[in-house]
Amino acid sequence: MAMHQEELVDFDVALEKYDPVLGFEVHVELNTKTKMFSSAPNVFGDVPNTNVTPVCLGLPGVLPVVNKTAVEYAIMIGLALNCKIAERCGFARKNYFYPDTPKNFQTSQYDDPIAYDGWIDIELSDGEVFRVEIERAHMEEDAGKLTHMGGSTGRIQGADYSLVDYNRSGVPLVEIVTKTIEGAGKRAPELAKAYVAAIREIVKALDVSDAKMERGNVRCDANVSLMLKGAEKFGTRTETKNVNSLRAVEHAVRFEIERHAAVLNSGEAIVQETRHWHEDTRTTTSGRPKSDADDYRYFPEPDLVPVVTTVEWIEELRSRLPEPPAERRKRLQADWGYSDAEFRDVVNAGVTEQIEETIAAGTTAAVARKWWMGEIARLAKNADKDVADLGVTSATIVELNSLIESKKINDKIARQVLEFVVAGEGTPSEVVEKRSLAVVNDDSALGAAIDAAMEAMPDVVAKVKGGKLQAIGALMGPVMKATRGQADAGRVRELVLQKLGIEG
Amino acid sequence: MNQIIQLSATELAAKLRAGEITSVAAVQAHLDRIAEVDGGERGIHAFLHVNTEEALAVAAEVDAIRAAGGTDAQALHPFAGVPIAIKDLIVTKGQPTTAASKMLEGWMSPYDATVIEKIRAAKLPMLGKTNLDEFAMGSSTEHSAYGPTRNPWDLDRIPGGSGGGSAAAVAAFEAPLALGTDTGGSIRQPGAVTGTVGVKPTYGGVSRYGAIAMASSLDQIGPVTRTVLDSAYLHELIGGHDAADSTSLNEPVPALIAAAEQGASGDMTGVRVGVIKELQGEGYEAGVQERFDESLEALRAAGAEIVEVSCPNFKYALGAYYLIMPSEVSSNLAKFDGVRFGTRVLPAEGPLTIERVMGATRAAGFGDEVKRRIILGTYALSAGYYDAYYGSAQKVRTLIQRDFDAAFEQADVLISPTSPTVAFELGSKTDDPLAMYLNDVATIPANMAGIPGITVPGGLSEGLPVGIQFLAPAREDARLYRAGAALEKLLEDKWGGRLLDQAPELSAATTGGVA
Repeated sequence: MAMHQEELVDFDVALEKYDPVLGFEVHVELNTKTKMFSSAPNVFGDVPNTNVTPVCLGLPGVLPVVNKTAVEYAIMIGLALNCKIAERCGFARKNYFYPDTPKNFQTSQYDDPIAYDGWIDIELSDGEVFRVEIERAHMEEDAGKLTHMGGSTGRIQGADYSLVDYNRSGVPLVEIVTKTIEGAGKRAPELAKAYVAAIREIVKALDVSDAKMERGNVRCDANVSLMLKGAEKFGTRTETKNVNSLRAVEHAVRFEIERHAAVLNSGEAIVQETRHWHEDTRTTTSGRPKSDADDYRYFPEPDLVPVVTTVEWIEELRSRLPEPPAERRKRLQADWGYSDAEFRDVVNAGVTEQIEETIAAGTTAAVARKWWMGEIARLAKNADKDVADLGVTSATIVELNSLIESKKINDKIARQVLEFVVAGEGTPSEVVEKRSLAVVNDDSALGAAIDAAMEAMPDVVAKVKGGKLQAIGALMGPVMKATRGQADAGRVRELVLQKLGIEG
Repeated sequence: MNQIIQLSATELAAKLRAGEITSVAAVQAHLDRIAEVDGGERGIHAFLHVNTEEALAVAAEVDAIRAAGGTDAQALHPFAGVPIAIKDLIVTKGQPTTAASKMLEGWMSPYDATVIEKIRAAKLPMLGKTNLDEFAMGSSTEHSAYGPTRNPWDLDRIPGGSGGGSAAAVAAFEAPLALGTDTGGSIRQPGAVTGTVGVKPTYGGVSRYGAIAMASSLDQIGPVTRTVLDSAYLHELIGGHDAADSTSLNEPVPALIAAAEQGASGDMTGVRVGVIKELQGEGYEAGVQERFDESLEALRAAGAEIVEVSCPNFKYALGAYYLIMPSEVSSNLAKFDGVRFGTRVLPAEGPLTIERVMGATRAAGFGDEVKRRIILGTYALSAGYYDAYYGSAQKVRTLIQRDFDAAFEQADVLISPTSPTVAFELGSKTDDPLAMYLNDVATIPANMAGIPGITVPGGLSEGLPVGIQFLAPAREDARLYRAGAALEKLLEDKWGGRLLDQAPELSAATTGGVA
C-alpha cells in the first residue's frame, strides 16, 4: 500500500507534554450453539454460506427471534463486569447499506443496553490496580465476512470483486464499551493490553466465548486522544478498528499516542476518523472519516418484543458465575506456593491459565512455571508472538516432563524437543521418535554401561591409556549390548576418553 | 355460472365431506372461472400466478383420502379440499412471490410462510397468488407493477387495496377463500368496496412469518371470504402462536366459529355497540352514511344497545400512521438491493461499485409509491427529526390506544363505515397520494392500536358496495364474529339474499376471457 511515513514523536517525549485519554469497544462473539436471531448453527470455519437460514440471509418475510442463551451470556458478562442489569431492554435497528449486512440494518441495542454502569479492576505489571469504568455491555449480531479479491490491499477499494460469507451473519455479539479512561499516562499502552486481556480472561472463565482473538472471537476497537497536560477538554479521538491481539492493542495505542503527538506538535488538528491497524508494520493508516453525525436512523426493532429480566433470573445467572479473576489469582498463588514476584510475573506473562491447566494435567507447580516462564516465554519472544499462539498446550508440557522423568530425554534435549514441537513437527514423543533424540544421548545411562565394560576389560583400558585410541573399539561391543544397540558410538568414545582424562 | 363456485367455503366443505362433489371438480370449476374472467382484456386480473397443477394435485390427494375413508379421512381438516387464493405478499414454495414488484420478478421463496404451512397441512389447494399494490402500499391495487385489478362490480373501478386481488377474486367467484394482509386497512377496505368479508385479526393473532414486511408493527395476515362464518373457519386455521414470530400471542385462537354461529341467529340482545363519533359525517359519502345508519337501525332492532363514543385523537391517526408506516418501510425494504436475491440492475454507465449497483437496482425495481414511502420514512427517522416525527407519532399511537380503551369501557364492539367512499374509478386518484391515503381513515386506528376489525357488506350506494366495520378489543376477535355474523344475517334477511347476488354477471364476453 502506498502511504507516506507517519511522523512520530518518541513515546516518552510525547507523554511529557500530553495526557492520553483512552476508550475501548470490545466485541465478544458468544459461543452459543445457534445465532442471535436464528436457528442457524454458530460454528467457525465451515464451508462458506452453509450455516445459514432464511433469517440470517435476510430473505423476504423472515422474522428474528432472540436467542435466550445469548441473553443469559450477556447478563453474565454484565454481572462479571459489576454492571447493573436492565429490568427491561429492547433492540433497535441500525440502518446502513453494506453487503455483509443482509437486511441492510444491524439489529443491535441502542439506548437501552442489557448491562450498564460497571467497572473492572485491572492489575498492571507492578501490581498497581487501575479501575476501568464500563459504560455498557449490549447485545447485537455480527455481520457476514467480506473477502475482497484482487487489488493489493485486501480492502474493498481497488478490489475486483468481493466474496461474502454469511456463516458469521447473525452470530451473537456482546459489545463492551468503557467510559473514557483518563490518568493512565505512560502506562496507557500497558493498560490497554491488560484491559483487553482481562476481558478475554473473564469471558473465557464464564465460558460464554471461545475467546480466541486470532479467530476474531474478541475484537478491540481502541480510541485514543491526547490533551495537553493540565487541559480540561479532551482532544480529538481516533478509533483504531479490529486490533486483534493483545500485543497489537498495546502497540496500536502506543503508535497512536506517538502519531497524535507529532500531528499536534506540528500545529495541525487530529482528524476524527477510524484507523486501520497493520500488524506487519505496526502502524495505523487512515480509514474512513467518522463523525458523530453518522446517521444510522436507529429506531426500535418492531419485530422483537422487549427482553424482560426478573430478579430470580438474574440471581440464578449470578450463581453460575465462576470465581472472580482477582480472587481466583489469590487462591492460585496460595495453591501453587509461588512468591509474590513469581506470581506477578506469571500473570504479566499471561500464562496463568496455561500453568493451571498444566498442573491439572499432572505436573508440579514448579515444573509448570519452569516451562511456561522459561523456555516457552523465550520461544514466544524470539518468534514475536503471544505465548498462546505458539501451539504449546498443557499436554505438551506434561508429555515433555514425563519424558524427562522417565529419563528418556534430559532437560537440554527437552528444550530442543520443544522447539521442534513449536515448529510443528508433532508431539514431544513424535519429535523424539522422528529425530532419534531419545535416551541414546543420556550420559548417565551410557556412563554406567561404559563403566561396566571398562571394569570387565582392564587390559583394553590400559592400551587406550597407553595411547592406542583405536582399542576403544573393543569396549563398544559390551556397551552396545548393554544399551541394546542404541548407544551413539561417537559419544561412547568421547565418554571413555573423558573418563580416562585423555584429550580427544 | 357453475353452481360450485357460488357456494360459500363452508357449504362447499360440507358437500366435499358428504362426497357430493370432489375437490378436483371444485378446484377445476374455480380454475375455469379464473380462465373465463381473470385474464382477458378487461379481465379482473386478480391473479398474478395461477397454481393449476399443484392445486389439482392437492385436490386429488384429498379426494383419495376421502375415498379411502378411515381415520385419515376423519383426521382431515373440515376445509380440506376447499381452494384458496394467496395474496402475493405471502411467501410460498413452488410458486413465485413478487409482492407485485419488479424487484421480486421471478423470485421463488425457498421457504413457506407459517400460514402457508398451515394451509398445506390442512390440504387446502392453493389456486395461486393474488395481485396487490406493490409491497402492499396503496388503496386501489393500481400500484401493482403488473397492472391493476378490476372491481367485479364495475370493471372501470378499483377493487380497493392493497389486497384488491384477494378481494376481487373472492367477489368474482374465482376463489371461495383468500388470504390478505392488513397494515392500515388492506384487507378491510377492499372487502368493503367489493362486497366481501375481511378480517384483520388482533396484532399477534396470526403469525407474520413469511409475510413480506411492510410495516412490522402494523402488519397482520387475515381472512378474505364471502361470509363471516367462512372467515371464522379460515381465521381459526391460520391463527395461533408461532415461535418464529416474536410478536405472536402465546395463547390459543379464540372460539371464532362458535361466535359466528351464535351471531348467525341475528340476535344482538345485550350487546353494546359503540358508534365512533369521529368516524362518520364529514368526508363520508352520503350513500355510505345512509347504509351505515340502516345497519345501526337493524342492530338496534335486533336488541343491540347503540351508544355513541368519542375518540378525539383519531384525527391524528392518519398523520401518525404516515410517519410510523413509512419509517418501518424504509428499513424493511432496505434488503431489496440486488445483492442476494431478486432483481439486479447494473448502472447504464460508470463503475460497477456496490453502491451504484444497489442504487440502480432500487431505482429500477421500485415503483413511485414505494419510493415515496421509503423517502418519507428515511426522512422521518433521520437524526434531528426522529423525535419530532417518529417519536411524536408513537405518542399519538398511545393516545389512540387510550381512546380505544375508554371507548371499550362503554361498548363491547365499535362500529363505523369501513371506507368513506365506494369504489372509485381507476386512475382517478393515482396522481393525488393524499386523496388516496384518506381511503384508510377509518381502518388505520385499529392497526395503530393492534386491535381486531372486520368488514361485512352493508348494502349498495349507487350500485356499489358499502362496508360496515366492527372493531373489538385486542384478543376479543370473537366479538367481531358474533356482531359481524348478526349484521350479515339481519341485512341478508332484508335484501332477501346475499349482496353479491346483486353484482353484475361476469363472463368471458364482458371480460374478454376464455369461455
